[in-house]
Formats: sequence, C-alpha cells, structure tokens
Amino acid sequence: MGKPKLATTSLCGCFGCHMSVLDIDDRILKLIELVDFDKSPIDDIKEFTGPVDIGLIEGGCCNEENVHVLKDFRKNCKILISVGDCAIDGGIPALRNNIPLKECFDEAYSTDNRLGPAVLNPSGKVPNDPELPLLLDRVYPCSEIVKIDYHLPGCPPPADTIWEAMVALLTDKPVALPYELIKYD
Amino acid sequence: MSETLESAVKAVCSECGNDRERMMDIVRAIQGKFGCVSSEAMDMIAKQLATHRVEVESVVSFYSFLSDRPKGKVVIRLCDDIIDEMAGSADVANAFATELGIGIGETTADGKITLEHTPCIGMCDQVPAAMVNDVVVTNLTPAKVKDIVAKLKADVDADLVDAPGDGNNANDLVKAMVQNNIQQSGDVIFAGMEPGAAIKKALEMAPKDVIAEVTKSKLRGRGGAGFPTGLKWKFTSDAPGAEKFVLCNADEGEPGTFKDRVILTEQPDMMFEGMTVAGYAIDASTGVVYLRAEYAYLREYLESVLARRRSDGLLGKSVCGKDGFDFDIRIQMGAGAYICGEETALISSCEGLRGDPKNRPPFPAQEGYKAGPTTVNNVETFCCCARVMEKGADWFAGIGDGQSVGTKLLSISGDCGKPGIYEVPFGITVDEMLKMCGAKDTAAVQVGGASGQMIGKNDFGRKICYDDLATGGSIMIFNSKRDLLKVAEKFMEFFVDESCGYCTPCRAGNVLLLNALKTILAGKGEASDLEYIETLGNTVIKASRCGLGQTSPNPILTTLKNFRPAYEALLVAPSKDGYQVSFDIKAAVGDAAAIAGRDSVHAY
Repeated sequence: MGKPKLATTSLCGCFGCHMSVLDIDDRILKLIELVDFDKSPIDDIKEFTGPVDIGLIEGGCCNEENVHVLKDFRKNCKILISVGDCAIDGGIPALRNNIPLKECFDEAYSTDNRLGPAVLNPSGKVPNDPELPLLLDRVYPCSEIVKIDYHLPGCPPPADTIWEAMVALLTDKPVALPYELIKYD
Repeated sequence: MSETLESAVKAVCSECGNDRERMMDIVRAIQGKFGCVSSEAMDMIAKQLATHRVEVESVVSFYSFLSDRPKGKVVIRLCDDIIDEMAGSADVANAFATELGIGIGETTADGKITLEHTPCIGMCDQVPAAMVNDVVVTNLTPAKVKDIVAKLKADVDADLVDAPGDGNNANDLVKAMVQNNIQQSGDVIFAGMEPGAAIKKALEMAPKDVIAEVTKSKLRGRGGAGFPTGLKWKFTSDAPGAEKFVLCNADEGEPGTFKDRVILTEQPDMMFEGMTVAGYAIDASTGVVYLRAEYAYLREYLESVLARRRSDGLLGKSVCGKDGFDFDIRIQMGAGAYICGEETALISSCEGLRGDPKNRPPFPAQEGYKAGPTTVNNVETFCCCARVMEKGADWFAGIGDGQSVGTKLLSISGDCGKPGIYEVPFGITVDEMLKMCGAKDTAAVQVGGASGQMIGKNDFGRKICYDDLATGGSIMIFNSKRDLLKVAEKFMEFFVDESCGYCTPCRAGNVLLLNALKTILAGKGEASDLEYIETLGNTVIKASRCGLGQTSPNPILTTLKNFRPAYEALLVAPSKDGYQVSFDIKAAVGDAAAIAGRDSVHAY
C-alpha cells in the first residue's frame, strides 16, 4: 500500500489557509514523507488522479464553480476537512450575504460615481461571459453543500494546528490541540 | 415644524424632570405627537437630557412601537399569533391590504394609515384581533375590516367601538370592545374584596410577620417561573440598600396569555393592594406597574383607580393612617418588546434603557431598579398576596395541590368551544381542563405559551401545577387538523424576532434552529437534522443568558419529543454521494441568472 493521498483546494477564500499550510516550514518535507499530494494548487495537479484519502477545503462557496469543485472533492475524498473560517462559516466573503446580489454588482461595476471606484468600467456593464460561473445568491459554508467530516477553525488556522491535525489523522492518533492553537481572541 | 418639534421635546423632557431614566415616557410622548422619533428629535432629546444620542437611539431602535421614520397617523397592528392565524387572520390581513391599497409594513400615500404585524396582543380569546393605535378591535372579519377602513379613511380619529365589552370594558375610561370572557371564577382572584382590607390586616402586623405569612401560604410566582414569593420578599427585605422598590410585571407578552388583561380590567384594586402590602413588607415607598403597550387602552382607567386609592388614603403619605409608611405607585408604559416580561429586562426598561436583560447575580432582590433591592412580581401574584393577607395563609394553602397552592388563572384559546379565562385550583388535569372548555378532537396542547411545551394525548392525564406542567397561564389547544410543526415554526419565528440579540446562543442559535426546521418542513431534512436540532436546542437552553433563550427551543424540542413521527414523515434519505439534499443549486443561482439574462451553462 502506497502513501495516503492528500488533495487541497481554495474555493471562495484568500489562499491564506494554503499559506498557513506552507507555514509549517521544513515540516512540509516530513509531510511529503507521510503523504502524496494529488489535486492541489501546491503541486498544480488540476484533476484528481483517483480516490484520495484526505481533502482540505479552504473557502466557502460563492459561485457554481465552487460548488462543482467541492462536490468533486466530496466524491473523490474519503475524509473532507473544512480548513479556516471561510470554509466553515463563509467568512469575510459572506459579509455580502445580507446585501441583494444586484446591489453587489452595482457597487462593483456601475459607472454611477456615487458608488465605489473599484473598477474602471466605462461601459457600466456587468461582465457576462458564459465562461464566467454564475454567483450564488449568498456565500455558503461548505457544510451546507456537502457533508464535512472535520472542521479546523481559524483565520487562518495556525500552521501548527494544521500540522498537528494532519499528523494525528495520518498516524491514526487522537488529535490533541493545545488551547493556544484553538483560541482566537 | 422643526420649531414645534423643539418646543415639544423641551416640554416633554421638562415634564419628566429632564430625567434620563424617564426615557421611555419621553420617546413615547414624542412618538405619539409626531408619529416617529426622528433623527432630529433624538439629537434634541439627548441635548435636553444632557446625555449621549446613542442613549436615545438605542431605545428608539429597540422597541417595536417606536420608530425613527414617520408612520401613519393611525398604525394598524394586526396580531399574527398562531391562534389568530387559525381563526383566519390571513384573510383579515388581505382585507386590510386590499382596502388600504398597501402591503404589510407600508403606509398609505397620504401618510394617514400604516399597516403592520405584531406578536400576541393578549386577545387570543377573541381572534382575529388588531390594534388601531391604542384601540383594540376584535373578532375581525373581512367585512368588519371594510367598515373599519372606511371609517378611518373618513376620519383618522373615528370611534371604532360600536358596542363596548362586558364589565369594566364598558367603563367610560376604557370603552373597549374587548370581552372579559371569564368562564370560571374562583375564590382567590375573581371574588370580591373591600379595598384596603388586605392592607389593614398587614398594617396590624410587623413587616417581617407579613413576609412570614406570605411564606407560610406557600404562594409561588404566577408568571411562570414559580419562585416562592415570601422568599423573594425576604431576600429583598434583608438586602442592604437605602431605597427599595416594588415592581409589578404587567408585560404579559407570552403568546396565548391574556389573564392579566382581565385582572387589570376587573381587579386592579386587588393588584394595587398586593403591591402596597409588598411595599410595607419590604420597606419600599415606590411601586411601579410596568404595563405593556398593547394594554394602553386600560391606562386611563388604572390611573383613575390609583387616584381614587390616593384620595381614600390607600396610597400616598401614611397609608391607612400608618405613620412612617408612605407608598405610591406609578405606571410605566412599555413600547412593544416581549423580552421586557423578563424581570431584569423590565428593570432596564423602567430605567429608560433598551430592554436588555441584566447579568445575574446580583438578583433584583439584591440590586434591581435604580440599583436598589427590588421585588418584581406578576400581576396575579400580587392579587394572591392581597388575598393571603385578607383570608390568611392557612386558608390560601388549603386550596390546590401539594406544593402548588391557591388557584391559577388559565388563558385558554385555540380549538375549543369556550375560550377565555378560567380560575382553577392547581392540580387540575389536562383532560379535566379540555372538558371544561369544550375542546373536541384535541391532538395537542401547548402549555405555558410559546416558551412552554407541546404535549400530546399521552400526557393529558398530567396535572397543571409547578411540579408537573407549569404554566404562567397560557393554554393553546390544537385539534387533529392542525399542523403542529407549523405551530412550532411560528413560535420559533416569534423568538427570532424577539431575541434582544445580546448573547450569541440565543441570537444565532434560534435562527439556526428555525432554519433547520424550515429545511425539514420543505421536505429536505435528513435524520441527522433531528439530532442536530436536539444538540443545538440544548446548547441554546444551557448557554443563553436569560429566560428567553433558556426556553425558546422548547416548542421545537417538545414537538420533536412528543410528535416525532410528524417530523420523521417529512425526512428524506441522505444522498449517497455525501451531498446535502437541502442545497438547491438551481435556486441558488436564480438571482445571478436573472441579472445575467441567461441560464447557467450547466444543466441543473
């Protein structure tokens, strides 16, 4: 039996949780002794090569592509873990959840100069290429779309939290996270 | 206009002694005069009271009868209780909307009439009901609505009461179409009492002996929690503090409760009598009745009773000629907030603050209103105190069952032949009660209001008392045609609206519980959702700061416990792929598809 396989993705997140994964520093060498990376931005493998043991999800779901990727992960991963607050609760992107979608678009793309100067968009049109995935009515936590096995909270979860959790899971030991690693105020 | 506003603010504030603690009275007065407490008005009030604007705005934004934006000269508030709904309140709401040409939450173009929903207004025995400003209209039908709207369109001050109700509802100072519906009277509340009889008895005793007598009577609080009254008085009496207070909780907001309405209408003397006895027992000279805004129509009458009692020497300096015992009572109006029925929130409100509950300890008996030791009792409890004084503790303790003595007023509504008020001895069984009120084909009874419990046939042999089925008085009856899960949903929506928002378990937990219930009702729930509801519900109960969150999961948890098959029938099998059945991507991309003017390229 080969090494367990690990896949990761960032949905509607900022890649901060992936940065935190990299923040385990030289332990990443130890991690690749424990696992093989499959689909992940870290090794740039775009599609699953086959069934995977652990999937790490960063970010919630803001558009239909996020949903597609998340479901793909659920299908291919034995254990799925929400990493970070966006995956768990929707996080910062979910701040738009109380604002109608139309108003969000107007804020971003309207030429009406009462609104924000976010984008130089003389046409005032909302980008609408069929290639662009449609946004969801709100940003969803991953657990509202697929079953999630574990949650690792934090914004981002500290590298040590991710490390301890990974090692415990891969060595089939109970995860013992000291208080410092799971308190956030 | 702004000058009138300024002079009005000055006049109102100075009438209240420019006292920040009278904030409720001040903003209510401005709301009454101008239809709102505008941003401008808030600045002026803050300046006048030498306080911060946020002190004003936090109050205006908290209470549902206050508004920072103009409302119509007439505000129609339709009760959207479950009992009203069962009696056709939706048709009534539609009739109002059609006749007025506006939707719920809107104001007519001429700025005259606003239409709103409001939670229970204490009229479940004469549904559907509504408030037109302070005037209560009952037993509404679409035809009656047509008539009311025509009258209001012709004259916003039109008299809507054609035939006043029974008893004091017909009093010149009340003139309400409300009916008392006293279906059964007992010996404690609805029996006669000479004004002053209880006070005179009490004044013959030392204050500590009065407390001992109340303790001996085994009287417990009638609001629902059932704390021993004598003990509460003893704690208040023993607590150090220069000034002590007696507060009467007449903020009966528990859906389905209307017993205090009838006491306030027919037996206010007894309530004031009980408060005065409490004042003597704990050495207080000030009593406050916190009257819910929905009962504003009773205020003038209650003030007249207080005035009469003052002139009869039953209130004021040296009550009943007893040197050194001065006691007076004022009425504090609420402004539409269920949470203010919670005693510490009620105290906050009396102090001119948002109706936020306070941390306990210190308990009100140690540190309550204006930081003084305070006894807060229910309207009915004070009446019982008066009766205990008049007839003695032994007489009182002789009525009832075990640790639950005396009588209890039940406000019975829903699917029964004779809704109304029943004064019954404690210990009556649910079966006996159902027979008494002419209920047929009963499938479930909600005991104790929205925060109480929903019981089914298996529990109909149980007793109404503190040790078994405790209730503040609300009894709602549902026959076999009612959808009990929809009832639970309605109650949960109520709690989501009424949570003060201070603590997360209640603010967020109730929303999550409601969402989970809605998922199940939509036919997208899984067996694991029931487990989730149970776990989350118990967390909300354990972790909430006050009684609201400690009881709000009850309707869902008790229907789940007692009517589990109703839930299970709606469940679907989980997806084999580990997807959530409840997530509907087609609906989720609907808004974006509409904005883009195209469907998703994926076929969902």
